[in-house]
Amino acid sequence: MLHRFANPARFSRIAARVLPWSATLTGLLFVAGIYFALFVSPADYQQGDTVRIMYVHVPSAWMAMACYTFIAVMSATSLIWKHPLADIAARAAAPLGAGFTIIVLTTGSLWGKPTWGTWWVWDARLTSVLVLFFLYLGHIALTHAFDNPQRGAKAAAVLALVGFVNIPIIKFSVDWWNTLHQPASLTRLDRPAIDPAMLTPLLLMGLAFMAYFVTMLLIRMRADLNAARARALQLSAAE
Amino acid sequence: MIGLTLLVRRELRLAFRGGTDAMMGVIFFVLAAILFPFGVGPDAAILPRIGGGIIWVVALLAALLSLERMFAADHEDGSLDLLYLSPVSLGQLALAKAIAHWLTSGVLLLIASPVLALLYNLPSSAFLPLVATMALGTPTLSLVGAIGAALTLGARRGGVLLALLLLPLYIPVLIFGAGAIDGAIAGRDIAPQLMILGGFLLAALALAPWATAAALRQAIE
Repeated sequence: MLHRFANPARFSRIAARVLPWSATLTGLLFVAGIYFALFVSPADYQQGDTVRIMYVHVPSAWMAMACYTFIAVMSATSLIWKHPLADIAARAAAPLGAGFTIIVLTTGSLWGKPTWGTWWVWDARLTSVLVLFFLYLGHIALTHAFDNPQRGAKAAAVLALVGFVNIPIIKFSVDWWNTLHQPASLTRLDRPAIDPAMLTPLLLMGLAFMAYFVTMLLIRMRADLNAARARALQLSAAE
Repeated sequence: MIGLTLLVRRELRLAFRGGTDAMMGVIFFVLAAILFPFGVGPDAAILPRIGGGIIWVVALLAALLSLERMFAADHEDGSLDLLYLSPVSLGQLALAKAIAHWLTSGVLLLIASPVLALLYNLPSSAFLPLVATMALGTPTLSLVGAIGAALTLGARRGGVLLALLLLPLYIPVLIFGAGAIDGAIAGRDIAPQLMILGGFLLAALALAPWATAAALRQAIE
């Protein structure tokens, strides 16, 4: 099963067939999600319209974490079974994950300014997302740090697994650190009993972000495979 | 086990004959810590408050300095390939390198840290916690650092890359190291922090040589 999809040519064929559908699905979900988020869902009685930032903020936070998990799984697949596509998938996913963390951080501070009165708080959650962002940057930098792309991919795979083991430790340390130093002055209601009118756009946007991730991942993986083929052709032409 | 001691002894001998290299880390440690009072002012009320944290941050950076060369020299002259072929496993090699790194950097930082505590006017109740956290924390830095050193072997701009990879992973040690000193100054019980630092050390001791060996294998092949 695993090795049925190990053939890059077969993967490219399947990806080419899936892409139009996933791209259309992404578009439809985004249109529906944004429509519900901006027009159908009510403004919050306390936060007003700023609550709508949540419909972008929360899905990208989900995706930022899911994407790192995806990279870790791909890295393990690459190291254990030497699956040729796993490295490409991990390399393709890392910048997407970094992008999601940037969206979380920027939308978070845009929401924080009117609501908390400050762009940034050294809150445990914010800090751990910031650390996650740097883990992504380290992964991307290590992938591209070698003349031999294979070596970069393998090193990045080991790093992703080390990071994956460390994320819970970092998360728990940061939680402890913040509660130890100062009592949380700006606690955020974590998951209030959310109104269905707000839940619908949130879930729609979550699905839209996921479909977007799949679409971009397929595009990036195909581009990567094609670039490798172009390089090989150039080399054989030069000989 | 014999292989491990032999390797550690080899590393130490190389470090001693190399001369001043090992001292550079400590000199950097003291110098960088001295810069902060110039930046924030010599206020006797502020310095003890930030001293513990600064000493720990600077210790992280000083440990980073010598990590870059951990495997590089052996990689360049080919002895890493010979060690790979020798009966000593890569995991043992990684552990030996980390132990040697700690003996040539961490221990020196440990010795120098009370001097910095004096310069920062830390109360005497904080001295023992400072040394205790350094003793538990710096081996973790060496062990985790070995993973980074092996991963960046042969990379372009290895030094900056190493900092980018390792500093996020060092955050937990920093939090509990500095937290214990703050706690001691405030008169709290610091046993939890010390136990957590000890836990980190044990986890790193079990897992880091393994990850370093995996990284080394990618670098050699």
